[in-house]
Amino acid sequence: MLKALVLFFLAWVCFLFYAGIALFTSGFLLTRLELTNHSSCQELPGKGPLVGGGRGEPGACWTAPRFSRAVIVLIDALRFDFVQPWPGGLPAQYPYLGKLGSIQHLLETKPQHARLYRFLADPPTTTMQRLKALTTGSLPTFIDAGSNFASYAIQEDNLIAQLNNTGKRVVFMGDDTWKGLFPEAFSQAFFFPSFNVKDLHTVDSGILEHLYPTNHCGHKHGPHHPEMAKKLNQMDQVLQTLVERLENDTLLVVAGDHGMTETGDHGGDSKPEVMAALFLYSSLPLFPRAPPEDPEVVPQVNLVPTLALLLGLPIPFGNIGEVIVDLFSGEVDTQPLATALAQASAYHLNAQQVSRFLHAYSLAAQDLPPEELQRLQDLFSSASSEYKRLLDQLKTEEVREADVQALISQLRLFLQGARTACTETWARFRPARMIGGTVLLAFTCLLCLVTSGLTSSPDFPFLGLLLKSVAWGLVGAALLAGGLIVGRTGLDPALLCSGGAATSLVAFLWALKWRGKPPMAIFLPGPLPILVLLFLRFAALFSDSFVLAEARAAPFLLCSLSLFVVAQLHWEGRLLVGGPTASCLSSPTASVARREGPRALGLLVGLLLCVRLSSLFHRCPEETPVCQSSPWLAPLSSVGGGQAKNLWYGACLGALGVLVLSVRFWLRRCGNLNSSAPSILFVRWGLPLMALGTAAHWALASGSDEAPPRLQALVSGAVIGLPRVVLGLAAIGLGLLLWQPVTVLVKTGASSPNPIVVPFVGPPASQADLNYVVPQIYRRMQEALRGKLAGGGGQTPLALAAYGLGSVYSAAVVTTLALLVFPLLLLHTERIILAFLILFLQSFLLLQLLAAAVGTPAGSPGPFSVPWLAISAWALTATQTFYSTGHQPVFPAIHWNAAFVGFPEGHDSSPVLPALLVGANTFASHLLFSVGCPLLLLWPFVCEGHSSTKKKKSLTSGTEEEGEKEEPLMEMRLRDAPHHFNAALLQLGLKYLFILGVQVLACVLAASILRRHLMVWKVFAPKFIFEAVGFVVSSVALLLGVALVMWVDRAVGSWFKQLILSQER
Amino acid sequence: MKDTDIKRLFYAHLFCVFSIILTTFTPSLFLEDFSVLETHLTWMCICSVCVTIVNVVLYLLIKPNPSSKRSSISHKISRLLKSCVYFFISCLLYHAIIVLYGAPLIELMLETFLFAVLLSTFTTLPCLCLLGPNIKAWLRVFTKNGATSIWDNSLQITTLSSVVGAWLGAFPIPLDWERPWQVWPISCTLGATFGYVAGLLISPVWIYRNRKQLTYKSR
Repeated sequence: MLKALVLFFLAWVCFLFYAGIALFTSGFLLTRLELTNHSSCQELPGKGPLVGGGRGEPGACWTAPRFSRAVIVLIDALRFDFVQPWPGGLPAQYPYLGKLGSIQHLLETKPQHARLYRFLADPPTTTMQRLKALTTGSLPTFIDAGSNFASYAIQEDNLIAQLNNTGKRVVFMGDDTWKGLFPEAFSQAFFFPSFNVKDLHTVDSGILEHLYPTNHCGHKHGPHHPEMAKKLNQMDQVLQTLVERLENDTLLVVAGDHGMTETGDHGGDSKPEVMAALFLYSSLPLFPRAPPEDPEVVPQVNLVPTLALLLGLPIPFGNIGEVIVDLFSGEVDTQPLATALAQASAYHLNAQQVSRFLHAYSLAAQDLPPEELQRLQDLFSSASSEYKRLLDQLKTEEVREADVQALISQLRLFLQGARTACTETWARFRPARMIGGTVLLAFTCLLCLVTSGLTSSPDFPFLGLLLKSVAWGLVGAALLAGGLIVGRTGLDPALLCSGGAATSLVAFLWALKWRGKPPMAIFLPGPLPILVLLFLRFAALFSDSFVLAEARAAPFLLCSLSLFVVAQLHWEGRLLVGGPTASCLSSPTASVARREGPRALGLLVGLLLCVRLSSLFHRCPEETPVCQSSPWLAPLSSVGGGQAKNLWYGACLGALGVLVLSVRFWLRRCGNLNSSAPSILFVRWGLPLMALGTAAHWALASGSDEAPPRLQALVSGAVIGLPRVVLGLAAIGLGLLLWQPVTVLVKTGASSPNPIVVPFVGPPASQADLNYVVPQIYRRMQEALRGKLAGGGGQTPLALAAYGLGSVYSAAVVTTLALLVFPLLLLHTERIILAFLILFLQSFLLLQLLAAAVGTPAGSPGPFSVPWLAISAWALTATQTFYSTGHQPVFPAIHWNAAFVGFPEGHDSSPVLPALLVGANTFASHLLFSVGCPLLLLWPFVCEGHSSTKKKKSLTSGTEEEGEKEEPLMEMRLRDAPHHFNAALLQLGLKYLFILGVQVLACVLAASILRRHLMVWKVFAPKFIFEAVGFVVSSVALLLGVALVMWVDRAVGSWFKQLILSQER
Repeated sequence: MKDTDIKRLFYAHLFCVFSIILTTFTPSLFLEDFSVLETHLTWMCICSVCVTIVNVVLYLLIKPNPSSKRSSISHKISRLLKSCVYFFISCLLYHAIIVLYGAPLIELMLETFLFAVLLSTFTTLPCLCLLGPNIKAWLRVFTKNGATSIWDNSLQITTLSSVVGAWLGAFPIPLDWERPWQVWPISCTLGATFGYVAGLLISPVWIYRNRKQLTYKSR
């Protein structure tokens, strides 16, 4: 199998996964652009005269205020039927019905003062999204692409901001979600569930109260519980007190932000969830007409323009609601014409504002359909000119009320059309795309599974099949593009890619099917315990509790897996420390087993300890009293007390030193450190330099405030420069490694005095080094040379010792990892170095343990394969490391500070660089473990060398033949069978992609099946995003890692050629 | 001979199961406010003591393995002492493993240790009874072809099922059901107990069904 084919095949599989993810994302993650424009008092939303108020009057903006104060009582999860009056008696004895007596009393006795509406919330009915809608008048989606991801603060124009801008005071009582949404917006705020209303008359303008008891109660017991009735009664008393103290110029608004289901949950779009209640009351009569029999339905966003105009504020810029017309009828006893004109004026202002917003939005983003926008624009301009005409007519003659009513209905049509267009785009899932993406992902996983089982069969035509299916995919994509162009719908890249991917996938699977039924065993990834593990990982992603607890679940499963490995070794009798059965076994294996036993146990204990220790760097998804994040995640500069800071700094330095030294030690043990290759020189001198740079940067960053003033400039320059220097050094190191990846020291036997060299013993000159150097002789090489020389003419056979040839591939991978880790370290806070050290140690122990479990591949010329067990353990370790380096799959937990490493002054407008820095910080573990993935294949070969050197040392004497027999070829075994080597790399890649892909598939399924779940936007959707991005990072890094190994292989090939040439001379 | 052995095994195991069931109900007759969930520590103590007594009594009654040749008093005492030390070491080892699996290190130390004691009672104690304080014999029993009698087989099954039960017991802990049995370590001890009981019941059945395949080499 060709090397290029392996890479190409893996890239193709990755593309299939990406297409599936993209298709699903385009159907599931609704996005909306947040505009930061604000409406202002001075600037009207459009041209046109004003009726009944406007600029110039004190305290008025676009219109004259009808009320100078408003009390808004927001009751969480106040479903409509909690409030609904039942004149004919209660239909059934539910505890939640008819408990808000004060509202019902007001509705009956003062029909002109009070009115009840059905308040229709837009999905998702989660509190955060609803609060945003209730203040901005817009339709928040899960991702509001705004400028700031780090906080939940509302960036868009909103009622609270408008109140503040016009100099009114806003007093808030209640839940502290609002504090996050509106930091420093309230002149007085009491962030607790408060029922204390005695303070009301001191407030100038708006009071917001957000009362939670019904929601908490609902979540806990559901609406049918008697507790609910108690809470509602309590609420009723609060409202009663409020109404009694209400003054004439004050409007009372009682609203529910969403409803709840029969089980007390919310978040989805079922009817009981979206149907909340809205109750308006004023001491002055408000409504000229009697209320309709059945309360009207009012969309939730409509409250925003209504309140804004009633309070004399500009309507928030992004509002898409329409005013509630009943409230704009002027005084109770006015003429119908005047009423209609007042209403038309309010509608016209509202329509102007919406039109302005649509225009601004369509300039910034293209997701609203242009035809619909055009239609709306036409509608608006005709209505607007009609309005102008009516006003002109009013100056000279009478206007018929019917004309005004017609205008009103036209304006309403426009407003409703605009809202529908926005809802279509922002608030609807596209189930077809979601299903398509899921199916594509599922079949790609299947493809990975099947082909990973087929790689070892030599006659499988990968190349032909791949070319054919890629061709089919191109044809499919072209046909789809043609169809889309003919159908005059826009060319959606996600759709095109997934079309192509689906066609090529079908072509491949079809061809596979025609080749005959593969054995059933191919469809099962590994033995039963691995199946159980994979199933557990898969199923856990469907439970929000388990997604939140993954930081604890992953180490648990990893511990179980490693314990299982050792237990299985023992069960199979390979771990015995001695005993009756061991002596029954054939002696060499028993002697090996006797030594392996305690070693495997030691590895296990070390691994378990590492896993446990790494959980010390745990971060909570949310800071709660129950869960406290590790204090070690904070940067060192926040540590109080010089002594503690110095101690910590010392510990970090120590960890840094240990990291560098352990990499050097490992290379030395393998014999690669003696090479004179430039990359090894870099490891010798460049790595300590990088460590030095890192340490200096930490010192400056943690104590930059304490620097004396004259050094300030120097310090700030170093803070900018040092990270860049470290990054540059890492890049240079990687470049050197790619330039000359063969890290082998060659000593030719020609120069040595005795021509017959005993294998394994270096030339006498290097005897002193023998304690440190493990010399390796490549027997095949020798034989080839001998053959050539013998053919050349009977000279004494030459020998040649190549130090570190047996670990040339893994040395390159380990060096790469060591080079990568320093820039990543700089992006984290200082003390995470300890977690990284544990990470390196843990993966080393894991590799050793897995190699012990797999057993040394001595003698087998291939096919090679990496067991599922090893790959699952590796993927699990990657997940665990993600958490143990202080990450969590939620947006507020992202380490945003990473964007300022090396750029303390911030960035220019381009978001690419900060995104890269933050991404590298977040997905560091994915990156490292995927690049290191080929080590899983290489490590058993490396271990072979170590175990046999020990054996060699323990043997006091042996004939040369025996020595030759036991001589370890280590990784050169892979080189001996290039076909099997490439196939094994392909299989490794496919298996790893399968395990990652199954996790993405589980996230996708969970997000789509549970899209009505309470936690979907809080847990499942962020988890999906992190998993999907992590998959992309991992797959790219995996491709790079595989490519690196292949590159080294190529270089080793040319190195051999050179060597043979030089020997022949 | 073999069938009678299986029958003896079955009755011994039934007796064990019965004793465990008794520990959940009888203490409430003597102790006020006793319930398995609320006074869990008490129950754990009672259960492990009870299982210990039943195991020792059964061992003395049945004597599954022919007693060793030396039977002097001092030998017996030294065996007893050794067994106690082994049991204690196994408790410590279990405690360490549980902590490594993610149990809190300092808080709830007593609970964790009692859980370790309970697990030792279910796994180490039968080993001590049947095989004596002989690590080599233990290691032999837990290998593929290491069982030399049906007692060894039943030992394998009960030990495995207790440990797996305890392992499965950890799964409900993160769920947000807010049930009293989700508190550490109640679900795990319950899981271990259920696993042990299941192992006790399954092993005679399994041995009976596989009696044709089970051929034991003499030691």
